[in-house]
Amino acid sequence: MEQLIQQIASGLANGAIYACLALALVMIFVSTDHINFAQGELAMFSAYLVWQVLQWGVNFWIALPLVALASFLIGVGIERVILRPLHSAPILSVVVVFIGLLAIFHSLAGAIWGHTIKEFASPFPKVTFWGSGYIGPHQIGMIIVTVLLLLALFAFFRFTPLGLAMRAAAQNPVSARLAGIRVDWMLALGWGLAAAIGAVAGALVAPAVYLEPNMMASILLYGFAGALVGGISSPGGAVAGGFIVGVLENLIAYFGNLLEKVSGLYLIGNGEKLSVALIIVITVLTLKPSGLFGHVTVKRV
Amino acid sequence: MAALLEVDGLKAYYGQTQALHGVSFALEQGGITTLLGANGAGKTTTLRAICNMVHTEGSIRLDGKPINGRATEEVVRLGVGHVPEGRGTFTDLSVDENLRVASYTRRDKAAIERDRDMVYEYFPILKERLAQQAGTLSGGEQQMLAISRALMLAPRLMLLDEPSFGLAPLIVQEIFRIMRRINAEAKVSMLLVEQNAALALELADHAYVLETGRVVMSGKSSTVKSDEAIRKSYLGY
Repeated sequence: MEQLIQQIASGLANGAIYACLALALVMIFVSTDHINFAQGELAMFSAYLVWQVLQWGVNFWIALPLVALASFLIGVGIERVILRPLHSAPILSVVVVFIGLLAIFHSLAGAIWGHTIKEFASPFPKVTFWGSGYIGPHQIGMIIVTVLLLLALFAFFRFTPLGLAMRAAAQNPVSARLAGIRVDWMLALGWGLAAAIGAVAGALVAPAVYLEPNMMASILLYGFAGALVGGISSPGGAVAGGFIVGVLENLIAYFGNLLEKVSGLYLIGNGEKLSVALIIVITVLTLKPSGLFGHVTVKRV
Repeated sequence: MAALLEVDGLKAYYGQTQALHGVSFALEQGGITTLLGANGAGKTTTLRAICNMVHTEGSIRLDGKPINGRATEEVVRLGVGHVPEGRGTFTDLSVDENLRVASYTRRDKAAIERDRDMVYEYFPILKERLAQQAGTLSGGEQQMLAISRALMLAPRLMLLDEPSFGLAPLIVQEIFRIMRRINAEAKVSMLLVEQNAALALELADHAYVLETGRVVMSGKSSTVKSDEAIRKSYLGY
């Protein structure tokens, strides 16, 4: 029982990171219909930036907002400089650009900081508290920071004129232009926000997985799974999907181990966690392509 | 009166297809002008060309200043409220949010409040539906919302693309009655595109008749209305 609670708690902590990445993916998807395959590498690059600033002796809680801001600018820059000229290009060209970005940021991080694994100290104090047996302080911290970030984003989109304009531009670009909204800039802002969210996710997950250029590869897959489970067109759904995938991967491994203990039959265990993410992706795409919370878009052709 | 909008030799293209072959007309400050013609005559394209939503050539002047080549949102910011074909509702946003999006570019809070009240006075039903998701409104209500969104821009010129489309005659009458009031009270000039020529000539003071991308005749509404030859050959009633 204790182990089960532990698994759920750590699933929630991982889920928080998946939720962030899923949200970053959805933010770009809803406004451009593109899946940014470079989202994970951007987050990894941002995590390195945080590490670099920490090496200069800056406090984590100053470094994180600074790097989030820098990542925001990088995101805006990528949209304006690289993707804007491609706005009427076929989808495959854009996909190739994303894969190019992925390779560029991957190699760039390796070239600047090296490919060896670096330790990334947790910014959260190592304290014991009620429930410490079930969940570590870093995991609690991950959940709290993510939830705060998500609440802030929710408030931004819900209550500010700029957030409303961004939603309008994503939903109906033609009408948004007819309301005088500079839709191109809204797309760039969306890219910037996605990169900033990724930066937070990267910096939070780095202490758990250690810093190296490949750190985000599998996490991005979970992010995809989360976005798809929740509905790739629904930001709230993506967040819920991230948490669901985080808990589900742990539970499936847990019950797989339990099954092995009881019956001696090895079906699934910790080694197959990543496969679980892929199975979730395929199952969702087969059974409910719009996700749990997404809505079906009907296109007339 | 000075011309608010002058269009000269306007050509428009959808890809390789040319939809307008040199359309010229002028719109007086404070007036209501209508573009009439059959399906495919280029009425909607003309409106879209003014807002740079299609590839265009030729001259478009607002207050004497050329506006062609400016991005759609920049033309809108000059005071052109375009009520598009199909109403352009932000279906997932609430009615209130639809109206707030429309005043996004404005900073004059007090005037925005006044315009809100004006919208509620013209279309009381929208005030009752503020929290409702706009996609669930009826066709007539969505048309009212589209006109209201254009109004919330505080425009000098309104481009209206078939506001009667798909609506019951009673609703159409109501909407046209309000359009007349908006023209008179809010001092908004209007360029109206309509299939329903009888209705449009009733409201407008000037009319241009388009055929396959060209202006084939123009004049005061009363003249156009009383000319039986025009009526029979172009307007079909």
